[in-house]
Amino acid sequence: MSLNVKEFKKNAYRITKDRGVTALRVRVPGGHLEAKYLTILQEIAETYGDGNLHITTRQGFEITGIPMTMVEEVNKKVAPLIEGMEAGIGVDIGNPEDGYPAAGTRNVSACIGNKVCRYAKYNTTKLAQRIEKNIFPNDYHVKIAVSGCQNDCIKAHMQDFGVLGMDLPVYDAYRCISCGACVKNCQKRATGALEFKNYKVVRDEDKCIGCGECIAKCPTNAWTRDASKKYYKLLIMGRTGKRNPRLAMPFLEWVTEDAIIDIINKTYDYVDEYIDRSLPKEHVGYIVDRTGFQVFKDYVLDGVELNPECRVAEHIDWPGYKTNVSNNFKKVGK
Amino acid sequence: MSYRVKRSEFDDILSKLQEDYKIYAPTRKKDKGTFSDTDLVLYDRVSSLEEIDFNSKTKYSPKEVVFPITQTLFYFNGDEYIEAEDKGEKVLVFLRPCEVNAFKRLDKIFLENGPQEDIYYKRLREKVKFVVMECTEGFDSCFCVSMGTNETEDYSIFIKVSDEEVFCEIKDEKLTEVFADQESTDYTPEFIQENKQQVEVPALEDITTDLFDSEIWKEYSKRCIGCGRCNTVCPTCSCWTMQDISYQDNENIGERRRVWAGCHIDGYTEMAGGHDFRTTYGDRMRFKTLHKIYDFRKRFDIDMCVGCGRCEDVCPQYISFVGAIKKLNQAIKEEKNNG
Ligand code: HEM
Ligand code: SF4
Ligand code: SF4
Ligand code: SF4
Ligand code: SF4
Ligand code: SF4
Repeated sequence: MSLNVKEFKKNAYRITKDRGVTALRVRVPGGHLEAKYLTILQEIAETYGDGNLHITTRQGFEITGIPMTMVEEVNKKVAPLIEGMEAGIGVDIGNPEDGYPAAGTRNVSACIGNKVCRYAKYNTTKLAQRIEKNIFPNDYHVKIAVSGCQNDCIKAHMQDFGVLGMDLPVYDAYRCISCGACVKNCQKRATGALEFKNYKVVRDEDKCIGCGECIAKCPTNAWTRDASKKYYKLLIMGRTGKRNPRLAMPFLEWVTEDAIIDIINKTYDYVDEYIDRSLPKEHVGYIVDRTGFQVFKDYVLDGVELNPECRVAEHIDWPGYKTNVSNNFKKVGK
Repeated sequence: MSYRVKRSEFDDILSKLQEDYKIYAPTRKKDKGTFSDTDLVLYDRVSSLEEIDFNSKTKYSPKEVVFPITQTLFYFNGDEYIEAEDKGEKVLVFLRPCEVNAFKRLDKIFLENGPQEDIYYKRLREKVKFVVMECTEGFDSCFCVSMGTNETEDYSIFIKVSDEEVFCEIKDEKLTEVFADQESTDYTPEFIQENKQQVEVPALEDITTDLFDSEIWKEYSKRCIGCGRCNTVCPTCSCWTMQDISYQDNENIGERRRVWAGCHIDGYTEMAGGHDFRTTYGDRMRFKTLHKIYDFRKRFDIDMCVGCGRCEDVCPQYISFVGAIKKLNQAIKEEKNNG
């Protein structure tokens, strides 16, 4: 059998351990889809695949057990889904009957967000779709996930870009009845940014992480969120992998959505400029390791308009561990 | 006398009224709700018809108009004091029948409870006139009919808003002038006669001290989290505490404020020395329930609760006040059968 493997993979098909058998990765931007698409997935799985669906960690589906000879037909079957979930949100996918145009930039995943969750600060599906529209199709390896709040249920901390919703609390002293709910809760569950002075609450702006718990707890709405704009925390360059698994670290706090989109777009130019083309692929986090954070920062912030509330990391020391340093281990032996 | 006013002309009437009155009405604060992308509907100053939200129940009641959340009573300087100034502005409040009845409850507590009238309340209350908004549909959690608070005669204006027109019945002669140019009509106010929820409040003599230790309250010790929302949204909760604020460097100079308090909130029953006599949430639920439908009636012949359902709407633990009254009825029945 003759196959252009690189092109084949770009089409979102996998080279599996069984020769001649593939699996299709279906993107679900924001992890949210109309239930009607499940019928299409079912039909493809039962007609062409082995009757199973795998739910991927990035909130897509993988249809397993498809003979490579069936790929053209499968692409036609999956077209309405690509049209609805990609073209439908403004992604330029070319002819939907040709299947997915790229696979490098992974599905943008999202927690359930404020469609449902009381903690979430924004509609995570919408933001995921907006990001998808900006970055897909693209062959560079970038992983992005968005969480509604800093509980980070989607594990945005494991991504190249992780977006978390923030609240900027606004206090109306007149409405405060000194019940203590916000102060106690911030102390116990957040950062201890609140204290009473003369029976009213004072917020330490440097300590406050914008989790919005005070707003949620207040029985009089003395705390509300600044609704003039949405605020986010942008985490960067977390990853798993063989060399240096690590959590993403905060790059910007109280930043706006538009700035995040600009920065993500600029990151693709940055990758284009600095990627090591001698490798089959290079993950953006490793490029930042090579150039250093300052080069990355200057590149992606160049010309980006940041709001006055935004706080920018001066430097970042990623935690995590190096897998090639293993002298901590002692073999059990016999 | 009733009038029919075109919606487009109603703002002129409001502007004329505003020459003499501050106008408060239910209004929607976009994205200011507790959860993101939700609105907060509450009473605030308005100046046009468009700002008034006739179709939603406000989260908080209009009681703030006469019973501010934080109110400075006086400033002190050693042995001298200066009473906080009374701005003296007259007020018109757009509200529902149950809420007018809630003001009656506040009047009892602030003006008729004990030998002294509460002057800080009185001087605000005297300046308030009511514009009652017709409410014939109610909302899911309302039970005003059960509480007998669905109707009121105490208003200056009664108003019904349709897509094109505003119907107004004017009772207050001082306000008729503003409507002089309008077409008269035979509009008569209507009141809701049946809510989605009903409850029968137990007779005074059926509530005995035996119910004090009833099992029904224990459930609330497990469910209630003591957040106090049921108190802060209630149009008839009238408890407050005093706070003396003084300069850090000279504690003889400062001010005294009163601030809302609530019997579900920690600290409400704490006394000098730290003794606290209602520590469990079940005890607090019992106290609130009996205050609303027993103690108050014993003293003033009317129940305190007006059946607005706000406490049920806001409770994060889905505790329903109607549910509590029903449990109490059940406990009374069982008590009678056993006794
Ligand atoms: C068995 C002992 C005591 C009992 C049962 C008791 C009970 C109470 C109660 C029920 C109140 C009304 C609270 C309120 O309306 O907020 C009160 C107020 C007060 N008590 Fe006591 N008390 C006791 C001992 C004391 C002692 C020893 C002191 C001072 C040394 C004291 C000082 C006060 C003061 C200053 C207030 C007024 C507080 C205010 O107006 O906010 N009490 N007490
Ligand atoms: S937003 Fe969070 S950290 Fe900031 S004051 Fe409120 S509870 Fe504390
Ligand atoms: S929760 Fe609200 S009312 Fe209670 S102390 Fe905090 S700001 Fe004041
Ligand atoms: S229903 Fe609840 S909030 Fe409304 S008056 Fe009665 S106790 Fe108060
Ligand atoms: S129910 Fe509680 S807070 Fe409300 S008026 Fe009665 S004692 Fe006060
Ligand atoms: S609102 Fe509900 S949970 Fe909160 S204090 Fe009242 S009954 Fe308890």
